[in-house]
Amino acid sequence: MSDEVAIKAEELTKVYGGSLLAVDHISFEVKKNEIFGFLGPNGAGKSTTINMLTTLLKPTEGTARVNGFDIVKEPAKVRQSIGVVPQEYTADEDLTGWENVLMVGDLYGLPRSFTRQRAKELLDMVELTAAANKKVENYSGGMRRRLEIAMGLINQPTVLFLDEPTLGLDVQTRAAIWHYISKLRQEYGMTIMVTTHYLEEADAYCDRIAIIDHGKILKIGSPRELKEGLGGDVVSLTVSGSVEAAKQAIVQVLSVDVDDVDQATLRFKVRDASTAVPRLFEAFNASGIKISKLSITEPTMDEVYMEYTGRSLRDEEVSSEEAFRQRATIRRARKRWPSASR
Amino acid sequence: MAQRVKVDNGPLHGLWAITNRELKKWYKNYVLLGMSLVQPILWLGLFGKSMNLGSLFSANALNIPGLNIPKSIIDALGAEIMKSTFGTSSYFSFLAVGMLAFIVLFTSMQSGMSIVWDRRLGFLSKIMSTSVSRGNIIVGKALSSVIKSLAQATIVLIIATLLGLQYRSGLTVLDFVGMYAALFLMSLGLSSVFLMLALRSTSWESQMAIMNLLNMPLLFASNAFYPVRLMPDWLKPIVQVNPISYANDIDRQLLLGSTGMSSLAFDFAFLAGFAAIFTAVSMYMSWKYLTK
Ligand SMILES: Nc1ncnc2c1ncn2[C@@H]1O[C@H](COP(=O)(O)OP(=O)(O)OP(=O)(O)O)[C@@H](O)[C@H]1O
Ligand SMILES: [Mg+2]
Repeated sequence: MSDEVAIKAEELTKVYGGSLLAVDHISFEVKKNEIFGFLGPNGAGKSTTINMLTTLLKPTEGTARVNGFDIVKEPAKVRQSIGVVPQEYTADEDLTGWENVLMVGDLYGLPRSFTRQRAKELLDMVELTAAANKKVENYSGGMRRRLEIAMGLINQPTVLFLDEPTLGLDVQTRAAIWHYISKLRQEYGMTIMVTTHYLEEADAYCDRIAIIDHGKILKIGSPRELKEGLGGDVVSLTVSGSVEAAKQAIVQVLSVDVDDVDQATLRFKVRDASTAVPRLFEAFNASGIKISKLSITEPTMDEVYMEYTGRSLRDEEVSSEEAFRQRATIRRARKRWPSASR
Repeated sequence: MAQRVKVDNGPLHGLWAITNRELKKWYKNYVLLGMSLVQPILWLGLFGKSMNLGSLFSANALNIPGLNIPKSIIDALGAEIMKSTFGTSSYFSFLAVGMLAFIVLFTSMQSGMSIVWDRRLGFLSKIMSTSVSRGNIIVGKALSSVIKSLAQATIVLIIATLLGLQYRSGLTVLDFVGMYAALFLMSLGLSSVFLMLALRSTSWESQMAIMNLLNMPLLFASNAFYPVRLMPDWLKPIVQVNPISYANDIDRQLLLGSTGMSSLAFDFAFLAGFAAIFTAVSMYMSWKYLTK
């Protein structure tokens, strides 16, 4: 494993109950200081993968190295060096935010003086200082998620795993959570692996994305590469004058297929419109073709997702316990502050 | 963020954090705390005081017409019968000591519930993602359950004393130390058993069912309410492997001066063995089976 790689999974596999293949021989690498997104529908195997990487579950087959430690052979060392923010809320509702963070520090065996100092900083970073001494049962969903992030960072991890950190939160809160995540990468040089099923988030904040469904990785790449992989941007232009001449020029310069939309409008796909269109303009100029209207549409993550999974979003049956936890997570996420408190 | 600190990686790190959390949740919840004391106190007050077996054998109850036995003889005879049956002339005192084991049993049984709820509410996955050892999760919970049990037993003992528990003459501090030691061992063993039963469980209903299934039989198949000597022969072997009987036997010998069913040394050895075996087994099981 090279120095540049923080996580390296090899043929990682999980079979539940002897028959349910939740994760199917997946291999991938996450580079240091990268935000790596795991994108997939419900039941795709995202949490199962995270649980194996964070040593909560034993792989049925295959293994992975996290920070250079083998998750099967050296689980204790892996646990020491990583931070985990699970999909469900894990803070103890009967205790205060402050008490929760301190307790996690104790569980890691950190000296109390250090934990106190760091807990203060972390609660400050996630803007929970004012609510630190309130019981967690009174927190809103966004506050709880921020507390979970603080709890996941107490042991100074170099790799942070976040499982659906924005599930059930409103748009502003989601943006705030991603703001912290980006900050952790930039200011603290952390490596972050995050799962989500929000396409826009993966697109906007992840350096690279793995699309996973039915336990298999279907595609890995940066959002840009994934979108380009679909054949690129769609350019449509309306010309005043000879459509045929324009068509010829396009084929000559860009060598792409061109569709007629109507008498004056042409449409074609090009890998990168931002460099292709200027070149086209020069050719049009030289042969005196005039453009009256131009539009460029980049492919969206939606289209990428459709292309690889063959569907948009899928609902899977989940076990009753899982359903209970999901409902509990979402219910708590929806809670508002401070109306929830007295 | 790379500043390095001295991390305690010892085998015991995090143990107290787990115990401390359980205790915090417990003593902050006054309602629950009060409720859990109501039951043994009701038993003490209602059952122990109203079922005053001693009065059966007093001159007022035993008045055989035609025979003119002096009142003092009947009373003395009654006291003697009580003493040979229960080891003390006051049934209330006999029962009160049994109640100590009762509250310890009930509190220790609850330990399994905490692990089921921690699993359901996600807290268990937090603990397990930290570097705390799997064994410490179980031992930490068992320890908190022991501390709760002993605290509740202390309250029951104080109330029983106020209600007229008759201690033996020549009582010393050592007798109380012995009592706590017996209850400690019993609670540690029982908590480990119930935690072990809950290791993989996700349903608190089934955990409740186990508790309800076991609590009364465990109590009645012990010497908590009634002396072993007078039990039917088929029941005796069960009573004699029930750790509750041994805790009661120790406590009655120490506090009431009763003649025990076995020697103090044997009682303690039995309880210590019970606690050691089940603590070890539950630690082993949690290493092996405690997963998300
Ligand atoms: N403990 C379990 N026992 C049996 N099957 C499980 C268990 N946990 C998950 N599964 C199943 O494994 C598959 C993958 O689940 P997983 O939780 O990894 O999906 P996910 O991608 O995280 O989905 P979500 O978006 O719902 O969180 C699903 O079919 C799920 O029902
Ligand atoms: Mg999941």
